[in-house]
Amino acid sequence: MRRLEGISKLTGQMQYVDDIHVEGCLWGMTVRSPSPRGRIREIRFGNAVDWSQCVVVDHRDIPGPNEVFLIERDQPVLASDYTRHIHEPVVLIAHESREVCRAAVADVQVIVDEEPAALEYRVLPKPEEVQRGNDNVLKTLKIEKGDVEGALANAAHVVEGVYETGAQEHVYIETQGMIAWVEDGVVITKGSMQCPYYVVNALKHALAREESGVRVIQAPTGGGFGGKEDYPSHLALHAALLALKANRPVKMIYERSEDMAATTKRHPSRVRHRSGFDAQGKLVAQDIDVAIDGGAYVTLSPVVLSRGIIHAGGPYACEHVRINGRTVLTNSVPYGAFRGFGAPQTLFALERHMDVCALAMDMDPVELRRINLIRDGQTTATGQVINDGTDRAAILDKAASLIGLKSKCDEHASFNATHPYLRRGTGIAVFFHGAGFTGSGEVALKSRVRIAGLPDGRVEVLTSSTEMGQGALTVFTTLAADRLGLEPKDIIVAEPDTARVPNSGPTVASRTAMVVGRLVERACDDLQQRVGLDDGARGDVVRDAIAMWHRNNEGKALYGEAIYEKPPGINWDDTNYTGDAYGTFAWAAYAAEVEIDLRTFSARVTDFVAVQEIGSVINETLARGQIQGGVVQGIGWALLEECVQERGAMKNCQLTNYIIPTSDDVPPIRVVFLENPYEYGAQGAKGIGELPMDGPGPAIANAIAQAIGVSADVLPLTPERLMTMMDSAHV
Amino acid sequence: MSDVNTMQIEFTLNGTPTKVDVAPMDRLLDTLRYALGLTGSKEGCGEGECGACTVYLDGVPVNACLVPTFQVRGCHVETIESIPHESLDAMLTSGATQCGACTPGVVMTACWLNRHPELSKTHSVRELMAGNLCRCTGYDGIIDGIECEQRTKSSTL
Repeated sequence: MRRLEGISKLTGQMQYVDDIHVEGCLWGMTVRSPSPRGRIREIRFGNAVDWSQCVVVDHRDIPGPNEVFLIERDQPVLASDYTRHIHEPVVLIAHESREVCRAAVADVQVIVDEEPAALEYRVLPKPEEVQRGNDNVLKTLKIEKGDVEGALANAAHVVEGVYETGAQEHVYIETQGMIAWVEDGVVITKGSMQCPYYVVNALKHALAREESGVRVIQAPTGGGFGGKEDYPSHLALHAALLALKANRPVKMIYERSEDMAATTKRHPSRVRHRSGFDAQGKLVAQDIDVAIDGGAYVTLSPVVLSRGIIHAGGPYACEHVRINGRTVLTNSVPYGAFRGFGAPQTLFALERHMDVCALAMDMDPVELRRINLIRDGQTTATGQVINDGTDRAAILDKAASLIGLKSKCDEHASFNATHPYLRRGTGIAVFFHGAGFTGSGEVALKSRVRIAGLPDGRVEVLTSSTEMGQGALTVFTTLAADRLGLEPKDIIVAEPDTARVPNSGPTVASRTAMVVGRLVERACDDLQQRVGLDDGARGDVVRDAIAMWHRNNEGKALYGEAIYEKPPGINWDDTNYTGDAYGTFAWAAYAAEVEIDLRTFSARVTDFVAVQEIGSVINETLARGQIQGGVVQGIGWALLEECVQERGAMKNCQLTNYIIPTSDDVPPIRVVFLENPYEYGAQGAKGIGELPMDGPGPAIANAIAQAIGVSADVLPLTPERLMTMMDSAHV
Repeated sequence: MSDVNTMQIEFTLNGTPTKVDVAPMDRLLDTLRYALGLTGSKEGCGEGECGACTVYLDGVPVNACLVPTFQVRGCHVETIESIPHESLDAMLTSGATQCGACTPGVVMTACWLNRHPELSKTHSVRELMAGNLCRCTGYDGIIDGIECEQRTKSSTL
């Protein structure tokens, strides 16, 4: 099935939030903190605009607690007397004219008595920088299996390494945007978002309203990548506060520079590895320390850290593992969800480290990986027994042979020996990605899906899962149509409007097709039972039975429903961080060929192979698109995308100087799917969205290290960084 | 309706003579989207980097966010709204659109390349499309769609 909303997007007819015309709408904008930390002494309003024509909101206009409802409630909706990061929202302004609104924002001065800011997560804060506990640590987590110190003491080889990654900006092409208005006493917000019910919870809390007093509608969303997981809650609150005060609809659309400067990014990370091997290269111990920069508030950092440390040990069997993780408060713009959610950082460290270990032990990097790959019956770092029948060594070998890891070795060596300034290399990474919420997360979510049977025999899929480009609309339609034997035209997927759709959980964590899709199938089965059919009924029988039900129950609503049930045998211990971290893992091996120009120190990916086992493929074009898009985002993170930080804020907040890959920067991405259906995923599917973010970083770094002998231990490997690494490698 | 800050600007929009009262320095993108209600052209960056607002000015692709409206006086402007749907089949099949925010600009450049097949003799499609940023597809879906359309066209000539 081709993308259902595809033509509407190709022709520009799709109405995104900024395309929606609302009569009498005001423009809303934000006055932000100029300082990373300090007491707000005064807010000065100038004389450049007629303030009587502006609607102005500050923290005193918040009806409920001045808190953005998330894991913790430490983040204010609007800073009151204290600010903890540059660009923190302080005052909101609305006006009919966008120009006047801009001028008004520029006419407000926030005066801050600055206090010492903590800007470095890798070192202990000075006493005057401490703002949480006695060390600014927001959360620590630990995984421990076996006796790491004992195993390291007896290991034939111990290899250490330190690896770092920088922040990454999402650059969804549609910036954040929201419209808010009040209708019959209900606060309604409509905008670009991944998680409508997160916004509902945020509105309820800070506006002190019952659920019936708020309504959230997802507008078509021009990309998310995690960046529209938690931030839209802020924007919805801001727009709602302005709309409540103005008693008129208010639209807030971030300009690119504001979006890049003020919204969340991928957490910067530093990971230390100390790995023990026996004489044959078998991994006997992993001692891993993970630190991530949380930024100024807790936001989602503890969960990002959790996924990060669970993936830190990688797809290898090792009896003795210790992984310590911490997320640290700094006075930086808060970091948040970004495709991969902590795993790309720790998997970069691990898979770059495996090449370092291979070199140290004089082993072939593929062979070292192959002998250590987890086999059925063996356990992950958390003690989860893997028993899925997937041939992980075959995945690795497939990627290695497609890129020509062996065959190109000599070719590159002779090329590099003779070419005056070009150097070529290949690299590989093998990894896994857990699909769905971590641990008991899916159980806690209690996701719910409804399938309505309509009087004309068609059905409507009701979920809060959002289409943001990944293909949820097409996949849900396919699943319902296949399950009921109906034509795609007989399936309607409801607009995510919390007045109508149940809470099927957030659209995150690669869970939509696998987890919510499975609920769609089960809700279809339930619908069939409610109209007196067994779940093997297909096609006209189903349509007729639905129509018949309505003739017999005139005016009533017909729903099939399903609520999440965890697959049997899945158990997670959140206290000790042991057990089944995920229902299932997708497995992959990615390989890159690179060429470095020693005149400019720029590195180019010249070939890329992505081999993965993702259960069953529901829609080949959509699945391939997810992989190719994720790989290119990963190439950007590996080579180009550097957030230059100044006083905890992004300095290069423009697409002119924050460089993402163009079509000319990347090769065709060769994608191979190996299928092994997962019993508890829709049509056998596993999660797929985040997986492709994990592999490019280490595969490319390994290729660069092979080509020019640098440490390649920090991402992004920009020309500036490669030049510095070259200098220190050849001293 | 014109006041001291606005002027009437006449141009041809998608083949239709059009008059609009806007401030002369208003960006063509805003004039199209807000004054004329053609919201197909998108704003991705506002500084000519992303290409989401690509339109044709006298037949040549430009970033509408960098064009002051007075500059189109007497000119022909074509937007995504002028593109026939049937020409987009190959891009739909190849997966050229995901979130859709860059897509109208991508389609405008792609259609222009199809009108100028001579360019593909000296440049790769990847080079020619480098002015349109896409964050979803990794570009393969876009490139495949354009190349497929080019093959279809050349085989039917």
